[in-house]
Amino acid sequence: MTCAFPNNGAVAEVLVVEDDAAVREGLQLALRRQGHVVRTAESGELGIEALVQHRPDLVVLDLMLPGMDGFETCRRMRASGPVPIIMLTARSDDFDVVAGLEAGADDYVAKPVEPRVLDARIRAVLRRAVGERPGEPAAAEERHGDLVIDRAALEVTKRGEPVSLTPTELKLLLELSRTPGQVYSRQQILSAVWDHDYLGDSRLVDACVQRLRAKIEDVPAKPEHVQTVRGFGYRFGRS
Amino acid sequence: MTAPPIRTWLAGLRPRLVAAFAVIMILGATAAAGASYVSARRAILEGIQDQTMLKLRDQVTAYLPTISVPPSRGTLDAFATALKPSNVLVVYHDLHSSAGLSLDEVPAGLRHAVAGTTNIQFQRVDLGGVPTFFVGLPVQTASGRPSGLEVYAMVFLTDQRDAIDELARNAWVYSALALPIAVAVALLAARQVLRPVRALNTAASQLGRGRLDVRLRAKGSDELAQLVTTFNHTAAELERTVGTLRTMEADARRFVADVSHELRTPLAAMNAVTDVLDEDAEQLPPDTAVAARLVSAETRRLTRLVQDLIEISRFDAGRAELRREELDVAAAIGDSLAARGWEPGAELVADLPPGITARLDRRRLDIVVANLVGNALRHGAPPVEVVLREEFGAVVLTVTDHGPGIPADVLPRVFDRFTKADTARARSEGSGLGLSIARENARLHGGDIVAADTGGGARFELRLPREGA
Repeated sequence: MTCAFPNNGAVAEVLVVEDDAAVREGLQLALRRQGHVVRTAESGELGIEALVQHRPDLVVLDLMLPGMDGFETCRRMRASGPVPIIMLTARSDDFDVVAGLEAGADDYVAKPVEPRVLDARIRAVLRRAVGERPGEPAAAEERHGDLVIDRAALEVTKRGEPVSLTPTELKLLLELSRTPGQVYSRQQILSAVWDHDYLGDSRLVDACVQRLRAKIEDVPAKPEHVQTVRGFGYRFGRS
Repeated sequence: MTAPPIRTWLAGLRPRLVAAFAVIMILGATAAAGASYVSARRAILEGIQDQTMLKLRDQVTAYLPTISVPPSRGTLDAFATALKPSNVLVVYHDLHSSAGLSLDEVPAGLRHAVAGTTNIQFQRVDLGGVPTFFVGLPVQTASGRPSGLEVYAMVFLTDQRDAIDELARNAWVYSALALPIAVAVALLAARQVLRPVRALNTAASQLGRGRLDVRLRAKGSDELAQLVTTFNHTAAELERTVGTLRTMEADARRFVADVSHELRTPLAAMNAVTDVLDEDAEQLPPDTAVAARLVSAETRRLTRLVQDLIEISRFDAGRAELRREELDVAAAIGDSLAARGWEPGAELVADLPPGITARLDRRRLDIVVANLVGNALRHGAPPVEVVLREEFGAVVLTVTDHGPGIPADVLPRVFDRFTKADTARARSEGSGLGLSIARENARLHGGDIVAADTGGGARFELRLPREGA
């Protein structure tokens, strides 16, 4: 796959899906001040319409929506393409987060939103689309079993078929496969892939690993590539 | 402290009932056996005595006509030999028979009695363990005058003694046989009484542990059944009252949670634009700028308060979940301090030995550390000491400041919601919920936080089990 997301790190086109007019307006104002181009939608249905029509770089999605709820909206948006989705959750540590991540969100921010936090997350998500860190020599194609990773072109193929990964999933795969066999803790993965501080939510990693496995493993329940190391974290390939 | 089981058992109703029954039974059996023993003994003894005395008198009466007075010694001997039983002594003033019973063997008391009367006399004596019966008969002539002759006879009561002894033994045996029966009956009765008592005891302790729906079945209409009925009524009333209180409390807490959630959406909108207000304040007229900054700062404060309220209502609703992961505790605490710009120095002295691992919820540990250290830095005086150590399967973090300490009247309430040690600083930076939330988080881990006044400051000690890390 090809990532067509901008890399200036500053300006992105952001779609905010939020039903409360005041919150919508406040977020729009704040994000615009951070330099983003902001579109808004007041329901899940309108959000999907706007996504198809305007192809934003990123979606900020409130989970508590009337009509089509945030989870369903998230699933449909995810099905339509690899656009990064940051969800706004009412709570930070319960069912919402897990359900939202399972629905395909890349990251989440708890309400009430601190504009700076949201902006930092947006920039972190957008950076993932860039792939390799600057300055690193782009290696040739790597072969891991039936999986071929092209770090330069940011493409992944499985038995010759291209695999469609979201920027977060791709970044996770690139980080893990950098040193096959090495065990990464969830905190290490969080800071490498999500740019989260020390307090990142390890469920982000677990949810993303699940999604990645569903795409690159033959039997996701018996993973060949991304393996769980109980009590420690994850590892790419056999040790 | 509980008494040893045997002491507890002995202090119970059952042994007392058993003992009372046994005593009553023994007293009854002993009284009955004793009474029959006494009367049987008398009947046996009187039987043999009467028989002996009558026989002796008849024999003397029959033999008397052949004796001439005063008699010779030979006459006395012949008289004594003729009488049955064989142990007989015949005395005539200073003269006495020499065969059979000797004069010394006859009790002096009996001789005295015989000397002063015309009636037959007797006396029972114990001769070396053998009960012996002596009869003394002052012999009268046919005309009814004293003849000067005295006849003494001695009978051993060995058979009678044996019969009496057996009687006594039987009495004891029957009493002894009655004892186990008494105990068995007592145990049965005790069981009858104690079963409902024990059921009541179990039910009452269940009630005490919060099982308010416990009820007992009242059998019969005795006092115990009445007690059971009373217990049931009390439990029902208690359940109703507690239920009402719980509903009211749950309603109150749900109201707080609902209000917090409702406040969150408008706050989210306001919070989103506080940065805009701050950034543009410089370009505003002075008064408007002050107003803008005030609105911005208070919005942030309100946001923190609402977040804390939501956090604590999550604990109240039992919806707080713990996500443990293996942590190097010192590193995690160091991260928490660094993330808030609390670098070790003159203000903050940290002793965080590396290598202490535990399975803890990183986010919740961070909340606790931030609250305890933030509290110490705000309300105490430097240096604030943060010390981590490992102790008996637990990690212990103490945060000590050198400020005014905690007044004794505030200390018990220091973890209560909205408790503020310093009323002059009622509008402090914190929400007033920080310590409550910190303690809830510690307890969720199975640990706790304890506050103390060191005399020269406040000390908070966080203790969390390592959970097999």
